Amino acid sequence: MLSFLVRRLLTMALTLLAISALVFVIIQLPPGDYLTTLIAELQSQGEQVAQQKIDFLRHQYGLDRPMIEQYGIWVWGLVHGDLGYSFEYNKPVRDVVGDRLLLTVLLNFATVLFVYLVAFPIGVYSATNQYSWGDHGLTFLGLLGLATPNFLLALILLYLANVMFGTSIGTMMAPQFIDKPWSPAKVGSVLEHLWVPVLVIGMSGTAGMIRRLRANLLDELQKQYVVTGRAKGLPAGRLLVKYPLRMALNPFVADIGSLLPSIVSGSVIVSAVMSLQTTGPMLLSALQSQDMYLAGSFLMFLALLTVIGMFLSDVLLAVLDPRIRLGGGIRR
Amino acid sequence: MNKPLPHFVDTSPFDVYETERLTPEQERFYMAPQWRLIWWKFRGHVIAVAAAVALIVFYVSILFSEILAPYGRDTKHTEFIYAPPQSVHLFHQGRFIGPFVYGLKYHLDLETLKRNYTPDRGQVQPLRFFCLGEPYRFWGLVEGRFHLVCPARGGELFLLGTDRLGRDMLSRLIYGARISLTVGLIGIFVSFVLGISIGGVAGYFGGWIDAVVQRIIEILKSLPELPLWMALSAALPVSWSPILVYFGITIILGLLDWPGLARAVRSKLLALREEDFCTAARLMGASPKRIIGRHLLPNFMSHLIASATLSIPSMILGETALSFLGLGLRPPVTSWGVLLTEAQNIEAVALYPWLLLPMVPVILTVLAFNFMGDGLRDAADPYS
Repeated sequence: MLSFLVRRLLTMALTLLAISALVFVIIQLPPGDYLTTLIAELQSQGEQVAQQKIDFLRHQYGLDRPMIEQYGIWVWGLVHGDLGYSFEYNKPVRDVVGDRLLLTVLLNFATVLFVYLVAFPIGVYSATNQYSWGDHGLTFLGLLGLATPNFLLALILLYLANVMFGTSIGTMMAPQFIDKPWSPAKVGSVLEHLWVPVLVIGMSGTAGMIRRLRANLLDELQKQYVVTGRAKGLPAGRLLVKYPLRMALNPFVADIGSLLPSIVSGSVIVSAVMSLQTTGPMLLSALQSQDMYLAGSFLMFLALLTVIGMFLSDVLLAVLDPRIRLGGGIRR
Repeated sequence: MNKPLPHFVDTSPFDVYETERLTPEQERFYMAPQWRLIWWKFRGHVIAVAAAVALIVFYVSILFSEILAPYGRDTKHTEFIYAPPQSVHLFHQGRFIGPFVYGLKYHLDLETLKRNYTPDRGQVQPLRFFCLGEPYRFWGLVEGRFHLVCPARGGELFLLGTDRLGRDMLSRLIYGARISLTVGLIGIFVSFVLGISIGGVAGYFGGWIDAVVQRIIEILKSLPELPLWMALSAALPVSWSPILVYFGITIILGLLDWPGLARAVRSKLLALREEDFCTAARLMGASPKRIIGRHLLPNFMSHLIASATLSIPSMILGETALSFLGLGLRPPVTSWGVLLTEAQNIEAVALYPWLLLPMVPVILTVLAFNFMGDGLRDAADPYS
């Protein structure tokens, strides 16, 4: 188990390093850097910018060094919790994001939890009652959930809430708590507002999960050991929980590898649509104003979220299935 | 010798091949080429066939957008801003006059500042079919005035309402299809080429190449797609022309989609390269490129195409999402996502809900692609 953990941690670190390189390349992609934009802006307002000042700024932000060195500085800062400098807000990125990171983690975690909690019973029901009315109905709902893009769903919900209740559901907490320190009342308010975005983001993931669990469980249910168990007179419920369900559970847990990136993706656009106080809207505005360090930090953070999530699920899987911790990959 | 035999013998002539002979139907089935078997199997899925027909209609419509749309893409009707969808009637005061719409009467609600339009029962505006209307340049080349349907002379026709500049939503939807539907095709082409070549090389050569490619795929798969798309499209230079941006976006969409395909190609190739026919080809001196392209890939091309069909909708949705957020295509290029940007202002949507209409074709297209892809995937392996 220990060697498995070490191996897994090492690959995680390497993955993160590769991702950071990728993100850094993306940061550098737009032509010019933020300073050129800034200077152009100042000049258009009729201000004279002394060459000296430009050079000073350039040096201060390390923009005059070679690319590799800039990358090194950036990664070094990331490791030490220094997320860089937001040129748009004129503040360190860490001060800009505030508790958005925490809320993002909370939102994504709640969504994953929601997906599993809802998909599990429905999937089991659908598989054990194959071709019943309930199964057909749930399958149809699932198809609809898969096909409706989550940001459109968010738009529809916003519209309905606006028309029917005259209120806006597009926030993470009651307005009086925004930018206030955490208190029990604020936590309560956040939890109260959480379910709408969770439902919207989790919809397609849940639908996919139900389909996969149903298929896996159906495969297992047709195997001979199940027939044997039934022939020997095991009660249906006990038989289900004892063998096939456990076998079908492995791919269910392993699927987080494809679930998590899609949930993080979904949470970004849904929070941008519903203007939640998470990283989504801020990432969008940072990208629109090409404030690339801020955007880069967010990208890195989102990647970190998925990579850590996958690590946790792998550990969980290794606990569940000895074949994995003793070498050999995940069977899909 | 006239004595009957002691045991029974059938007097009818005996044909040794009787059991092996096929009925004409069986023969037709056994001799059919693979594509025909696929077609027969695909034909069995009613929903998939319906979806395919719908998609064909959609894609044919983008060839004739100018003719189908009653108005031009950017024609503004300044006196009909946020006009509601008009309904088509057949009878006026109990008298049949064919399809027509009532004219619109405008007044501004001074309390909510909402623009109210009421149908003017006195104004009957019969639709004209196969008519000469607003001039356009067909595909930007040939001048023409022919439309499928036009408003009455001096009248107007907004079957799906108008937007904040008084542009006809229906016409814009029809023009938007041209962009939205082709984004997926170009994107899938990019991803197909990348996936097959990278996955093919990894699977055929194996070893360290395979290991490196596998790591890259794992990293790309663990990244959330949309933020990456957003970052890449935000990095497109602002100075690019709309057409360049369009190609840029499609390539970005394709660039991140290939890992899934490459993985499928790789795992299939790993198994197939051990087959005898592959060894034979190698012994005869075929180059790796020829072996992969000529001997290995055709074995599962149908599977690849089926799975590619299933990833087109995600690209269409990706473009819609990007444009909706203002990071993708920009006006004057009109896609369904660009049209939906109007719906970002939820107060406007609450007053004028028809701004949400571009959603409908998006969802329909995505559903159709999903159903057709499911059917294709089931039909792709007709020998099972």
